[in-house]
Amino acid sequence: MADRPAGAEIPVATAESPAREAWRMFLRNRSAILGLVLLAAIILVSLFGPPLYGVDPFKIRGAPFTPPGVDPNVPLGTDHVGRDILAGMIGGGRATLAVGASAALMTVAIGLLVGAMAGYYGGLVDEILMRITEFFQVLPSLILAMVLVALFTPSLYMIAIAIGVASWQSTARLARAEFLRLKELEYVKAGRTIGATDRRLIWVVILPNALPPLIVSATLIVGVAILFEAGLSFLGLGDPNIMSWGLMIGSSREYIFDSWWSATFPGAAIFLSVLSVSLIGDGLNDALNPKLRER
Amino acid sequence: MPILRLVLERIAYAFIVITAVLVLNFILVRLAPGDPAEVIAGESGGITEEILAAIRRDYGLDLPLHEQLWIYLGNAVQGDLGYSFYFNSPVVELVVSRMGPTILLILAATVIALFIGTALGVLASRNPEGLFSNFLTVASLIGYSAPAFWTGLMLIILFAFVVPLFPVAGLYDVTLSVGYFGRALDIAHHLVLPAFTLAIIYIAQYSRLARASMLEVLGSDYIRTARAKGVAERVVFFKHALRNAILPIITITGLHFGNLLSGAVLVEAVFNWPGLGTLAFDSLLRRDYTTILALLFFSALMVIVANLATDFCYRLADPRIKGKRG
Repeated sequence: MADRPAGAEIPVATAESPAREAWRMFLRNRSAILGLVLLAAIILVSLFGPPLYGVDPFKIRGAPFTPPGVDPNVPLGTDHVGRDILAGMIGGGRATLAVGASAALMTVAIGLLVGAMAGYYGGLVDEILMRITEFFQVLPSLILAMVLVALFTPSLYMIAIAIGVASWQSTARLARAEFLRLKELEYVKAGRTIGATDRRLIWVVILPNALPPLIVSATLIVGVAILFEAGLSFLGLGDPNIMSWGLMIGSSREYIFDSWWSATFPGAAIFLSVLSVSLIGDGLNDALNPKLRER
Repeated sequence: MPILRLVLERIAYAFIVITAVLVLNFILVRLAPGDPAEVIAGESGGITEEILAAIRRDYGLDLPLHEQLWIYLGNAVQGDLGYSFYFNSPVVELVVSRMGPTILLILAATVIALFIGTALGVLASRNPEGLFSNFLTVASLIGYSAPAFWTGLMLIILFAFVVPLFPVAGLYDVTLSVGYFGRALDIAHHLVLPAFTLAIIYIAQYSRLARASMLEVLGSDYIRTARAKGVAERVVFFKHALRNAILPIITITGLHFGNLLSGAVLVEAVFNWPGLGTLAFDSLLRRDYTTILALLFFSALMVIVANLATDFCYRLADPRIKGKRG
């Protein structure tokens, strides 16, 4: 995790703003740029690919189990019912990326709210909120999300909410630690002395300074959320009317001996998406926590 | 004695958490859309009005909510978490009968991840800027990013078609008639692929953690002192550094038990490993909510036990903490 070593909070006088400096560090990191380009490509294909390719991923377009490279009509082959794998690859990213991003947002929102309150107010509020966090840490997140999606309607919204509810705990702990540390600093005390409200102190004074480690963890959470969504769809808990990479793997799981391609390609797409996000997260970590690079 | 008090405190706390999980299950069933009786029955088909009436009576669904909760908790204390109409069995029996293979899978994956992960990380820490260290950084990113159920399928393709070294499905070969020892060997043979698949993500994480942790310890004062004293480099590395570097890995391993359970659900579905994961998969397919909720309960229970166990292991490994609350 992205703990900042003690002493990192000492302000250093530089001509550049810290955000600009971090951005410059980030751009110098080759693997982070690779991640950024990869992610941009995946997003662009998912956004503009379906209208350009113009094939419904649920439509039967060829003989079942057509291997890739045999029928020019279906370059990546077909699955067990004859659906176009390439159409699924292009169209299946939307659900995965949208759910991944909104679930990550959800996770960070819940975690930040709980962590900020616990860290800032301390005392009884902290005790209660941390007990709740500990309680949720006992519940295995995929199994909790499974239960939530199964009991309520399996829509994309529900999946994003379920992932958020099941995985906010580590963000809450991280945010709490940052708030605990920052609220004791002089500029926060100064703000309080001149009469700033708690709300202003939390969101305007402390939060911007707590952001660097939270941004890194939020990025990594996007990757986790993508894996999560894929896992749920693989288990048949996704929205059955929306094509997704996880759904493609799940429905061809039984036919893995007849068609290696129908699970391999969508899995590779999930893998590349998560990899791109992880590369970006690593790059941000190096850029935002310059102290760590000395190791 | 303070240690006894601590143990009792931990156990009392565990009981509170377990009760809270039961209350959560109760709330979820009532919050779900539709008639609670139908939710409890599941969508397994063949549910008659009589069965629904029996459920309403047994669960006291006409009574006020707090009395329903009381009935539910009372039943739970007596080991009754409901009946699965699809599997035709009390869910507690059903879940407990499937726990063994899952625990075996998780423990095997943990051991694999700890050994390989730590070894790789330690090896990399000997030369942190070297080729192997850089290779490990890339490899761990790859291992971290691949979805386990996909890696599993890829391994199945590899080992079914290319190098048929390991069986790709099931717990053991039913056609083999071998003795007790032969069966154990057969199970171990079947365990290789699922356990390794589940372990990959953790190998990636532990190797990174071990590398960072070793580098930190190797840079500390007492290592410098040991070296200055003239202690052999091998002893410094393995005895002084490794022992201390391994502590954060123990902590994180304990915290990962819940994640391992989550991962096991997916990996078991891929390899037809007859544990809690395949049970979850089957009951999700049939919308058998009672079984799914019992699974949530038992997995929380397993995490609680694992946390207690890790806590005590850590205390044994690190004499610096004695009776301190973590």
